[in-house]
Amino acid sequence: MDWWKQIYEALRQADVRQVAYVPDAGHAALIDACIADARMQAISLTTEEEGIAVLSGAWLGGTRGALLMQSSGVGNCINMFSLAATCRFPLALFITMRGQWHEFNPWQFPMGQATDKHLNVAGVETLTADTPGDVGPMAAATLHQAFSGGGMAALLLHQKLMPVKTFE
Amino acid sequence: MTNQKRSEAYPLRRRQVVEQIVHGKENLLVIAGLGSTAWDITSAGDRDLNFPLWGAMGGAIAMGLGLALAQPDRRVLVVTGDGETLMGLGSFATVALRAPVNLSICTFDNEHYGETGMQSTHTSGETDLAGVATACGISVVGLVRNQAELDAALPDILETPGPVFHAIKVRAENLDFVLPPKDGVHLKNRFRRALLGDEVI
Repeated sequence: MDWWKQIYEALRQADVRQVAYVPDAGHAALIDACIADARMQAISLTTEEEGIAVLSGAWLGGTRGALLMQSSGVGNCINMFSLAATCRFPLALFITMRGQWHEFNPWQFPMGQATDKHLNVAGVETLTADTPGDVGPMAAATLHQAFSGGGMAALLLHQKLMPVKTFE
Repeated sequence: MTNQKRSEAYPLRRRQVVEQIVHGKENLLVIAGLGSTAWDITSAGDRDLNFPLWGAMGGAIAMGLGLALAQPDRRVLVVTGDGETLMGLGSFATVALRAPVNLSICTFDNEHYGETGMQSTHTSGETDLAGVATACGISVVGLVRNQAELDAALPDILETPGPVFHAIKVRAENLDFVLPPKDGVHLKNRFRRALLGDEVI
């Protein structure tokens, strides 16, 4: 199964009903699948930090959510993570990596090379999927981590899973 | 240019405004932005279905969006300040795209950052939050500057299908703190228990 389909199945299995996202080439097929799923509400954000607040509001209202984003957006979230950390709102992040593997754009390096460090310092547990076969089990584990105890958990999707972007 | 003194003469007083909006509305789900609006909403009576923020600046409107989408049959009210609103202006566009009819947002705009020493915000200059909301596509938008306009806006704030936004110009004034509980887990759990029942805790 395509790696993105494994995330989609894990989201459904975990009864995730709100999927907040910032448009991203790596997540494009998954985002389209979530938009097309009548059981899910797909929420297009203007910045990733909005997603932390949206999902916290969703949990207040009894609904599970997840956030799809790119590694460059992690920096935008740092202060807003304090909302989830202080109130122990569950947070499940699915992050496509940039600046890691045959990256065409050097401006992606600073965030891409420190994504897991930033997340860990902010209190977000991270797993990294390097191969398509890792994605499904790790997606399920990430969602379990978030929803079983109000934790903040992120699955980093290695750039080698993505098509190489060349601007050619 | 900022107009530092202008809002000191505005007739509406924030504590009376919040009291008029929420009085008797026991089913209303309320998110309050950090600082003055969290104290305001508490001054009208601390209640389980209030979620006063003590941080997360710029997130109140987005949090209201997530709650409104999760609870489509309940009216959700976000009460926040002009500084907090300015930090998350993109949220107006995000709200407009999903357009939950049950979400109503009130920004108490005193044109100052109240918690940090009453420095001027951008709304003391040329920035018009109602204009921003309109341009972002919020369905129902109002500017409230006096008691007559507040009286007229109340049905929109509380009942009209939205999303709804009101910029409510309130007097710049230093008021006593009326602090809600500070523990975030407690605030979350009491809200969820009141809304969803004991079994969710």
